[in-house]
Amino acid sequence: MIVDLIDFLKKHQQTVRVYCIIAIAIMLVWSFVGVDTHHAHTWMEVYIPGFWSIFTLISCVVLIFFSLWLGKSGIETREDYYDN
Amino acid sequence: MTTSFIHPSLILIIGALILPFIREPFRKLYLTMVPLMTLLAVVFINMNPGIHGVISFMGGDWTLTFGRVDSLSIIFGFIMALMAVIGTIYGLHVKDNWQHIAAWFYVAGSLGAIYCGDYLVLFLFWEMMAFASTFLIWFNSEKGALAAGYRYLLVHTFGGVILLLGFVLRYQAVGDLAFVQLDEQNTHLYTWLILAGLMLNAAVPPLHSWLPDAYSKATITGAVFMCAFTTKTAIYTLARAFAGFDILIILGVVMAIYGIIYALRENDIRRLLAWEIVSQVGYMVCGVGIGTALAINGTCAHAFAHILYKSLLFMAAGAVVHATGKTKFTELGGLYAKMPNTLFFMIIGGVSVSAFPFFSGFVSKSMIISASFESHLLWVGFLLTVVSAGTFLVAGLRLPYLIFFGESRCSEETLEKACDPPWNMHMAMGAAAFLCLLVGIYLPFLYNMLPYPEVSYHPYGSYHLSETFQILVFTGITFFFLKGKIGAKATISLDLDWFYRLGGRGFLWLAKNPIQWIDTMLGKAYRVIGLTPLMTTAKFWSWFDWHGIDGVVDGSARCVRALGKRVTVVMQRGQIQQTIYISITFAAILLISFVWL
Repeated sequence: MIVDLIDFLKKHQQTVRVYCIIAIAIMLVWSFVGVDTHHAHTWMEVYIPGFWSIFTLISCVVLIFFSLWLGKSGIETREDYYDN
Repeated sequence: MTTSFIHPSLILIIGALILPFIREPFRKLYLTMVPLMTLLAVVFINMNPGIHGVISFMGGDWTLTFGRVDSLSIIFGFIMALMAVIGTIYGLHVKDNWQHIAAWFYVAGSLGAIYCGDYLVLFLFWEMMAFASTFLIWFNSEKGALAAGYRYLLVHTFGGVILLLGFVLRYQAVGDLAFVQLDEQNTHLYTWLILAGLMLNAAVPPLHSWLPDAYSKATITGAVFMCAFTTKTAIYTLARAFAGFDILIILGVVMAIYGIIYALRENDIRRLLAWEIVSQVGYMVCGVGIGTALAINGTCAHAFAHILYKSLLFMAAGAVVHATGKTKFTELGGLYAKMPNTLFFMIIGGVSVSAFPFFSGFVSKSMIISASFESHLLWVGFLLTVVSAGTFLVAGLRLPYLIFFGESRCSEETLEKACDPPWNMHMAMGAAAFLCLLVGIYLPFLYNMLPYPEVSYHPYGSYHLSETFQILVFTGITFFFLKGKIGAKATISLDLDWFYRLGGRGFLWLAKNPIQWIDTMLGKAYRVIGLTPLMTTAKFWSWFDWHGIDGVVDGSARCVRALGKRVTVVMQRGQIQQTIYISITFAAILLISFVWL
């Protein structure tokens, strides 16, 4: 059942993509206009629309590239490093 | 001791001792019943808060408290006992009784540490945990497991000694062994020693490297136990003694980020999950550091939720390792059609850890983040949110993607072997997945157990939902575009264990070269200077011995030899692990008697 579902989604990748974009758009519109920012933690969240979207985008990119850089800076090594 | 109090650890210990005598067809039933009875015992003592199981000795001067049941120990005791049931069911197919015995002793140590009221009892159970869990690594036949077990044991013995030193110094200073909250305004050397001892078990940097090292080398079922007990018991002890210590806030945030960065680069499934533990435990350490009622509630809730979803992830990862025998992403991939149920459970675990609404992480993690914002620690709140996104990136997307989707890097043989695991593993994963959902949907289940039930928290507000959706969706988008950057790569990442791994080699070199040389020289000198007088004296003693003592000694010698043979058969089987176990236990008893008598 799970396999059939995954195969079905894989077969219709283009459609899945369109539905995803529509869903993301709805979510963004809702968070811009529909959400009560009364419970926001800081002023930034109230005044910057889609604050958490931007925040997440930046943090993910920073995390990925920082880990890449750290790996390349010397901590990443061959798998048998500790074997004699 | 009050008659109504039965220590849950006792059930597990006695159960473990009887286990070798139980034969099929009753064995599986027995294996399920013992942890279930432990859970019942925990539920029973949780209904009667107070101080139980106080034993006095040495004329009432000393007391040991085995059963402090209060709002903090109730929730931790319950989740540990629950996890013991799930973990044992997951390992039902394991034929080797010793593995079950080690696991039960391990859980017994954890429960004992949670319900203890003083440092002496804490230390006893603390060491029991360390030793029992070492065997869960040693039972793995994989290459490198033996060495990893030794490293694990050495690191934890070191931590135990620091803790011992800390509370002995504290006893000298204040004359009290009670395991209670320490004063942040008035710290001493012993405060920091105790803190370091407890932090080592919580894997707080720079004392964290043992965790990924050991958990990736444990047996499949052993890792499921290990991921739950050591770190979370340590969190409990930190919350008990160090709530509100500011340094823990910083260390917690560092830990959360550190874990995620390493997890992004990891090639071994279980090491990735282990780094993820470091990261998630960082939230809890941070929560303990903030120390407000909401933060402590959040820490307890997150420990509870974490044990469930992390064990689920370890169980699903274990199922992959069990079926394929491979642990590296570079040797897996594209397995969804072969192991659909495992995929399903891993996704449930992944979305729970990533704090999807209606799953357990959502109702617990946010509590700690909210607590940090409420305490005006904005940088903590924001950095923990960064880690939230990173968690979804690692455990919710990278992990399942590299095992089940994308290009297949499996060999023919791996593909052929890959299949869903036996029924008992399914059952255990099903139970954990159900509990992840239950915690996320039916809030009172978890929230009523929290230490400060009067502090209300409502995770399902529209603002929090919108914030979470944005974080999840945009993490997904980033992953979609950058997944090539964090793909499978056959490398390892150096960490602080480098120092003690290579430190060991340095010691070996030292032993082989200079020390050996000194030894040889001393031997030579001794032969020249010492031997002649020795021979003369020896002749005299030989005469004396022959004529005087032999008669007396011969009789007793025969007795000793007969006894010695028995002892050798029981205690020295030529297995170095067992010998070490026995001698360290003996040394610990000696040490304790030396200090206390």
